[in-house]
Amino acid sequence: MTPIMLELLVRSLWETILMTGASGIISLVAGLPLGLALVATARGGIAENPWLNSVLGAIVNGFRSVPFIILLVALIPVTRLIVGTALGTWAAIVPLAIAATPYYARIAEVSLREVDRGLIDAVRAMGGNRWTIIREVLVPEAMPGIVAGFTVTLVTLVGASAMAGAIGAGGLGDLAIRYGYQRFETTVMIAVVIVLIVLVCGIQWLGDRLVARLDHK
Amino acid sequence: MNSVVSAPASVAMPQAEEVVRLTDVKRRFGATPALDGVSLTVRKGEILGIIGRSGAGKSTLIRCLNGLEQADSGEIHIEGRNITGLTEKDLQPLRRRIGMIFQHFNLLSAKTVEENVALPLKIEGLGKAERLKRAAELLDLVGLSDKAKAYPSSLSGGQKQRVGIARALAARPALLLSDEATSALDPETTRSILALLKDINQKLGLTILLITHEMEVVRSVADRVAVIDAGRIVEEGQVWSVFADPQAPITQRLLSGIRPQLPEHISARLSPVSGDEQILSIDMAGPAAQGALFADLSQVLPQSFRLVHGGIDHIQDQPVARFFIAVPARDASLPEKVQTFLKARGARVEVLGYDANHA
Repeated sequence: MTPIMLELLVRSLWETILMTGASGIISLVAGLPLGLALVATARGGIAENPWLNSVLGAIVNGFRSVPFIILLVALIPVTRLIVGTALGTWAAIVPLAIAATPYYARIAEVSLREVDRGLIDAVRAMGGNRWTIIREVLVPEAMPGIVAGFTVTLVTLVGASAMAGAIGAGGLGDLAIRYGYQRFETTVMIAVVIVLIVLVCGIQWLGDRLVARLDHK
Repeated sequence: MNSVVSAPASVAMPQAEEVVRLTDVKRRFGATPALDGVSLTVRKGEILGIIGRSGAGKSTLIRCLNGLEQADSGEIHIEGRNITGLTEKDLQPLRRRIGMIFQHFNLLSAKTVEENVALPLKIEGLGKAERLKRAAELLDLVGLSDKAKAYPSSLSGGQKQRVGIARALAARPALLLSDEATSALDPETTRSILALLKDINQKLGLTILLITHEMEVVRSVADRVAVIDAGRIVEEGQVWSVFADPQAPITQRLLSGIRPQLPEHISARLSPVSGDEQILSIDMAGPAAQGALFADLSQVLPQSFRLVHGGIDHIQDQPVARFFIAVPARDASLPEKVQTFLKARGARVEVLGYDANHA
């Protein structure tokens, strides 16, 4: 592989990490509260509100049912509004984050819902309010699942970011398509695949380590 | 918010000694009534045991006392204050006056033992140093000082419940609710947890209301017992007197495993009308059970009578005796004489039937 190719590979890796990391963090910050809201407003939840629950559920399902490549294009006006341009790495972060947020919210919802009701009762019996329950029970008790779910989301984002090449976002996926596939540079293709495997394994390994440390069950 | 907690007792107590008073409390789930008019009081410093089979309404009852469950009608007074109809927000300061322990301990797995114990104090708004100091005191009280930094998952069931007790006591409650706290524990651990509860009751003068389906629990710690069946209190009284003379059929059934019963191979062959021997059950309790019963009985009854089964238990330091004897029945006047003698001694006597002599 030529030095130019290597530089291209490094740059693409950085772009992928940037897209995955930034949209991942946004989806965590937005998706976790959304997941909490879904659990809290559900029947028997700590802030039961069936109406709000079905509205939130419908929004989440709506976004999740649109294929990412279509969302990428459909969100161009929104992206332009936020980033100022619809092209490039930063522009890709907007649709990636918007797609990943409801995805992560559902994963977080599952972990949060599995928290034993008895623990909520125990804290209510101590005189705790809803915030206490969220802060001391729901989030800490679901933390291993929240982190494991975030790992899954990041890995999914690595895959989704490949499609962002369609709006000139760069990244490893884009590199593989343009050089490896369209220019028949098999070496590049193989190199990209290896880098992706290492990246995904690395994310998973870190996530698993963190879960193991957090899990006291 | 804490002002409500330390509100002076001037809030018109119906009777100074009552910590809990329930008046005709009803609660139904769909068509089935879980509580069907429960009236009950718990006095300061006593241990009240509420016993019933599963589905009798015990859990609903105990959860109504701290507002985890709302009553449909009736009144619930805690320390003189009516809590029925209070909002979740108004219940919060009140709940800090009530500790609760659970069958499955309900410890937070993500927190260490001391963090679990300190949590009620965190909710109260105490500073960290103060919280941990109080947690250390409580862990010392329950004998788990060395486990302060451990996570609950590394503890045994008995240790977990000790942490649960320490946590329930952290905010110095006026009342401790125990929701089947020993039901998930083995007999030996159960005994040690019950001993701890009794100890706390005596040391701190803490009022305890416990629900259970095991008579053994009531027997070993409670002062008074209330029997609940189908959402109603069917029997209530001093533990020793209820054990000595259970009135309701459900109480008798609940007690059947713990009181001497006529062995089945004998009860199965009894004839209701005639036989060589008449089989009697004798129930005595309190002072009546302390005399030289059998020596005196053999005076009245020189012809040999047989002791078939039975024994004396001591509940709340009161002897509770239950014996089954066989009296020769050929002379019809004899059983009569025995019964008169026993009744004069304050015993309850019941003729169970007649048996062929197997002596």
